Amino acid sequence: MTPPLSELWAYLAASPLLGLTLTLLAYQGALWLYRRTGANPLANPVLLAVGLLVLFLSLTSTPYETYFSSAQFIHFLLGPATVALAIPLYMQIRRVRAMLLPIAVGLLAGSLTAILSAVLIGRLLGASSSTQLSLAPKSVTTPIAMGIAEHIGGIPSLAAVLVIFTGIIGAVGARHVFDAMRLRDPAIRGFAIGIAAHGIGTARAFQINEQSGAFAALAMGLNGVLTAFLAPLLVAWLTPATG
Amino acid sequence: MISALSLLLFFQLAGEMLARYFSLPVPGPVIGMLLLFVALVLRGGPGDDLRHTSQTLLQHLSLLFIPAGVGIMVHLHRVADEWLALLLSLLISTLATLAVTALTMRCCQRPATPEDGA
Repeated sequence: MTPPLSELWAYLAASPLLGLTLTLLAYQGALWLYRRTGANPLANPVLLAVGLLVLFLSLTSTPYETYFSSAQFIHFLLGPATVALAIPLYMQIRRVRAMLLPIAVGLLAGSLTAILSAVLIGRLLGASSSTQLSLAPKSVTTPIAMGIAEHIGGIPSLAAVLVIFTGIIGAVGARHVFDAMRLRDPAIRGFAIGIAAHGIGTARAFQINEQSGAFAALAMGLNGVLTAFLAPLLVAWLTPATG
Repeated sequence: MISALSLLLFFQLAGEMLARYFSLPVPGPVIGMLLLFVALVLRGGPGDDLRHTSQTLLQHLSLLFIPAGVGIMVHLHRVADEWLALLLSLLISTLATLAVTALTMRCCQRPATPEDGA
């Protein structure tokens, strides 16, 4: 006698095997689509994979908690991956010394602009307070942004998605902003992309020019650290003491 | 690879413990990254094993965001309610950040041809 299909499904959905397999398959499918579109930043693989998985989970009416508990091994690796960002950061140490002043000033100005303008525009347009807090770390790489969002009372998964959209906006819009400014220096272009649009922008910068990519990677690392320090301070300063 | 992974996890653990113990406003893995960076500066760079392992890990960084990203399905109502605020905030803030960063860097750079002893 074979067990009913629903029983089999209940077993599979609870084991890590299904969540891991689905996530890897969705990612591979998304990468394939991304390459088919000629690496169009609008076809961002994370966005596509997330879309595929949300669609699948909704169709099978599987709750997110069930999926996440079985895919959390992948999520766990964000921690060591964040630590590993120290290595590319270290590789840029010589360039940092050569451009210390513009890097320090650009980093501070960019980081402040990214946090303050996102929160304040959100507030001005009536976003709820947990949404505003999830917007604060939108310009830094996802593992750091999620940690920050959790820490300041935002919603980590919402922050993750806002980060991805920010990356896409930066990757698509950077060229137009720089051209309007008549800015050619590949180091500055790369650095600004890395500050505003983290890893997705960095990937885009590497496609344009090696030096831009290296400066974008540097900026992404530095902004991740600075935002982790600045965001809690700025948020405490911006929000009236309501607990 | 095992020793590099142990090293990364060790630094994450150390960062996590420091962050908790001193209740720092920064996520533990970020402290771990800073500690590892300092260790690399003191040691004069990463070994081959650490370099390769971290490269592999970072190459597939976008895969690691997916389980968290799927969490958006829990917040679809919020996104539907606040989509205009979210969209405009992301759009304006991101473009403004690009422009402000580039402008301030360009202003600082002009007089500062590389001088020693900064």
